Amino acid sequence: MKYIDEYRDAEVVRRIAERLAQATTRPWTIMEICGGQTHSILRYGLDQLLPEGISLVHGPGCPVCVTSVKTIDRAIAIASKPGTLLAAFGDMLRVPGSSGDLAAARSRGGDVRFVFSPLEALQLARENPHKEVVFLAVGFETTAPGNAMAVRQAAREGLMNFSVLVSHFLVPPAMEAILASSGNRIQGFLGAGHVCTVTGTEPYLPIARKFQTPVVVAGFEPVDLLSAILRLVQMLEEELVGVENAYGRVVEPQGNPAAAAVVREVFEVADVAWRGIGVIPASGLVLRESFREWDALRKFELGGVDTADDVRCRSGDVLAGRITPDSCDAFGRECRPEHPLGAPMVSGEGACAAYYRYRCSSAKPFSC
Amino acid sequence: MDRHCPLPLENHDTVQLAHGAGGRLADELLGKLFMPLLHNRFLARRDDQALLPAFSGKLAFTTDSYVVTPLFFPGGDIGSLSVHGTVNDLAVGGAVPRYLSAGFVLEEGFPIAELERVVRSMAAAARECGVEVVTGDTKVVGRGQCDGMFITTSGIGELRDGVDLSCSNLRPGDRIIVSGTLGDHGIALLTARHGLSFTGSALRSDSAPLHRLVAAMLDRYRGVHAMRDATRGGLSAVLNELASASAVGIVLQEDTLPVDSAVRGAAELLGIDPLEVANEGKLVAVVPQGEAEGVLEAMRTCPDGTGRNAALVGEVVQEHPGMVVMETGFGSRRIVEMPLGEQLPRIC
Repeated sequence: MKYIDEYRDAEVVRRIAERLAQATTRPWTIMEICGGQTHSILRYGLDQLLPEGISLVHGPGCPVCVTSVKTIDRAIAIASKPGTLLAAFGDMLRVPGSSGDLAAARSRGGDVRFVFSPLEALQLARENPHKEVVFLAVGFETTAPGNAMAVRQAAREGLMNFSVLVSHFLVPPAMEAILASSGNRIQGFLGAGHVCTVTGTEPYLPIARKFQTPVVVAGFEPVDLLSAILRLVQMLEEELVGVENAYGRVVEPQGNPAAAAVVREVFEVADVAWRGIGVIPASGLVLRESFREWDALRKFELGGVDTADDVRCRSGDVLAGRITPDSCDAFGRECRPEHPLGAPMVSGEGACAAYYRYRCSSAKPFSC
Repeated sequence: MDRHCPLPLENHDTVQLAHGAGGRLADELLGKLFMPLLHNRFLARRDDQALLPAFSGKLAFTTDSYVVTPLFFPGGDIGSLSVHGTVNDLAVGGAVPRYLSAGFVLEEGFPIAELERVVRSMAAAARECGVEVVTGDTKVVGRGQCDGMFITTSGIGELRDGVDLSCSNLRPGDRIIVSGTLGDHGIALLTARHGLSFTGSALRSDSAPLHRLVAAMLDRYRGVHAMRDATRGGLSAVLNELASASAVGIVLQEDTLPVDSAVRGAAELLGIDPLEVANEGKLVAVVPQGEAEGVLEAMRTCPDGTGRNAALVGEVVQEHPGMVVMETGFGSRRIVEMPLGEQLPRIC
């Protein structure tokens, strides 16, 4: 398959792994930000190809994982109201709230649909004029433009039975929070390729300089990831600080200005709570006042929603890179994909789910 | 008059509740639609049961319900699927499929023309498989109480002599063979269900009967250890069940797994693993090492083409009992987990 196979070429991967082994003289701890990258690393066993001393730590870049329990509980509350239709991306359906998930709300009679795009949710609103259609708008910079487009389009059409429950996060503030935290052990970052497609590479420069930590923007295929790790290790070994782009076939330095513009038009930056981590200043997006009529939080009375994380779940430590998923006492025991205690066990991009799926079967642990 | 041609039903172009109530309308549906299409000597008696001749050996008996959306999909429909699925469940047990029953649950308002299309497709599939639908039932439920139509088929087959196929028969050293490309049905259905289209590609269900393929395999080597059709949960589910039942490990070679390029592309885009989605015309066979090449050859040359892309994809090992491990093209290893259930596409 064109544009895929060449980036999964075993011979190319072997050659990069050899160069990486030659380039590495000291141990380095590297964080990949994006859950999609975590998934690829474990799926292809790329960590098994790294020289001894290179540790990969999995970052918080999984939108399903960091969406707060409160947001899930609110979505469930909305879905449970008569006359509403709640649309969400597929993997949001099984994220546990404080009691149950959206799939369970659907089984109790709530109208919950999974959609591939926010514009599909918009179409549901057009087709169901007597229902209040709410789209659970989650994600990072990558999904923000599509979600912003849906709101802008609803405003243009005067589609008043459509609204969004927003849970949007921004990557750079999270990187900064991780680097500033006590006990930080991250020495270099693999930047999230698809986030940078929208934002470009510039937002990372101040962080790289402030914390003297190099960033290499990485893609998602084995060749992309290993090339980025190689470049990052070269920078670390040579004590270079800066931002480099190892995903140039997709990421432009200036990002996608049109996408960024629609995000700015519809959303504004706010302090938001990350599941398992807590509130990070200026790390999220909320709807601007001018689009308040499409804000589900204003449309629905959701006052009684009371939320709590499961105390056994250490997803905060996992998401901040302080522990690997298998170091959590609940991992593989109380917490499994069929009964997740925390969101990272749900999403295909969650670090816990990726570990469970590729490293620790329900039968017995394998290399972890 | 051609007795195989259904007559128009009087005054109704949609299914009425009365069509399932045992009265005149029910009789009309049976006499004018089901009987002419599915006709055989057992149905013709119009008794409450079919009286079947006894077999000399063992009987295989199986049942399955079909609730597919959409009812008509690229590569098949619920009618042919409900025959293929049950025929395949018999075939992979080493039985020659003989008789089916068919239970229909119809939704009030379902178009009669579509019902006829389904039953016609079912009849054609049964003829191809050499089975007869010898007994059946129809119920009608109110609007909104079912998704158009549900079908349950049960099947009886005659076990071949000298065959002992079982999930618990796997032995270290055995080879794993799949009969063709993986994930075609699941990906075709998912894309059809959500109205997704991929330019220039033809995603089609692989719904097909496997009785001739199984016959070719067992004619070549009767001692095949285990066979399963890789339906819900795909190859991943079947291999995990086999490894678990036999308390052995399975190692797959990722490079050898046959996946159609259009299916791969769509699966990549949707964030879904083609190994975890349903097939409706593929089987997995576990064969002793020395016989694997011969069985593979018999599959590839099976005249109906159902085994033309058959491939040797892995082997049974003593290590990690109950666990399926994939060796990637890069020399790394990962676990192939038992899929959880509903396939939910990823956000990004």
